[in-house]
Amino acid sequence: MYNFEFVKPSSVADAVAALGAEDAQALGGGQTLIPTMKQRLASPSKLVSLGGIADMLGVSVSGGSVTIGGATTHADVEAADAFAGLTGLAGGIGDPAVRNRGTIGGSLANNDPAACYPSIALATGATITTNKRDIAADDYFQGMFTTALEEGEIITSVSMPIPEASNYQKFEQPASRFALVGVFVAKYADGVRVAVTGASENGVFRWTEAEAALSANFSADALADLSVDAADMIADLHGSKAYRANLVKVLTGRAVAAAN
Amino acid sequence: MTTVTMTVNGKSASGEVEGRTLLVDFLRNELNLTGTHVGCDTSQCGACTVHVNGKAIKSCTMFASDADGATVDTIEGQANADGSLNTIQQAFQDHHGLQCGFCTPGMVMAAAELLKKNPKPTETEIRDHLEGNICRCTGYHNIVKSIMAASGQDVSAIAAE
Repeated sequence: MYNFEFVKPSSVADAVAALGAEDAQALGGGQTLIPTMKQRLASPSKLVSLGGIADMLGVSVSGGSVTIGGATTHADVEAADAFAGLTGLAGGIGDPAVRNRGTIGGSLANNDPAACYPSIALATGATITTNKRDIAADDYFQGMFTTALEEGEIITSVSMPIPEASNYQKFEQPASRFALVGVFVAKYADGVRVAVTGASENGVFRWTEAEAALSANFSADALADLSVDAADMIADLHGSKAYRANLVKVLTGRAVAAAN
Repeated sequence: MTTVTMTVNGKSASGEVEGRTLLVDFLRNELNLTGTHVGCDTSQCGACTVHVNGKAIKSCTMFASDADGATVDTIEGQANADGSLNTIQQAFQDHHGLQCGFCTPGMVMAAAELLKKNPKPTETEIRDHLEGNICRCTGYHNIVKSIMAASGQDVSAIAAE
């Protein structure tokens, strides 16, 4: 990998200032960025590690919501056990050593189309807080590896309303451990939200037909007559468009059954 | 080049690193602690697993600069003070938990973290915890058996040797 300058500020303000340098890049846990840099697919001039900012660490629950600091690792989110769907999702990312480094902010900022966290953020209607503003999850995800974040903007925390019931089902691609398809189902008093990762060429998306059916009847049976349009699905050596479309329905049913 | 200082296996260690210097390269090339192996260099195989501030991480996927000030434990620090093998290492020897031995440092460090958090893991919990540690020799059965034995549990029910 190409060399760069490494800095590790202890405050959000210092990190934002450091990111003002040309070609500077924020570093979360590095579980995606470091392999990317080894392949020379990224070559920042400066890396700004966010792991030393105490204000961006930890999980807190209040007023029916959980708030997670942007630099909090998957392992710490799992250990906090704020609600079942979140604990299960965080505890299934990568492997234990990856979970000890990877962060929620890094995952959401990268918005890999097969990452787990985008599904829970979208399904819970999370608020993504940066050094500049609050962004609703529905406005945040804008396609594969594309988000509402501006240059140099840092995710400082993520807040999720805690659902009445929730579950994440991941059909794992066994070599990468990313989601071949992942579905997060979240049930609230005012309705059900379903978000799908890994499947679409457009990145994470909400399956609105399933949301309507499940809001009326929170049972896997409610999905029986629905089907997922395969047109925008990803096709690769691991699965065709039709295969992924079918997995979306199967996993949604499993998530509902597990949440009940 | 910048200077980093960390506590490695209980002793203070310093060295000069570039921004891009990986923790595993600092351990191996600067501190001559070559027990930590580089298998894949893509965070798949886990041969480079060490503990940073008590947590198992893949040292090929962390910069040395990010570990500045941290406590790092490697396979070289696992033996007992008198040089004899610790409980996990001895169990790997007793139950033939290795063949070529390349993955073993990572396996022992992963096992050490597991047993610290979960002193009596089930076979399933052990296998889940080793998801990020690849062994191409043993087929894992004897590794699982070794960790089960190291936790003081009966290993007679574990799959054949």
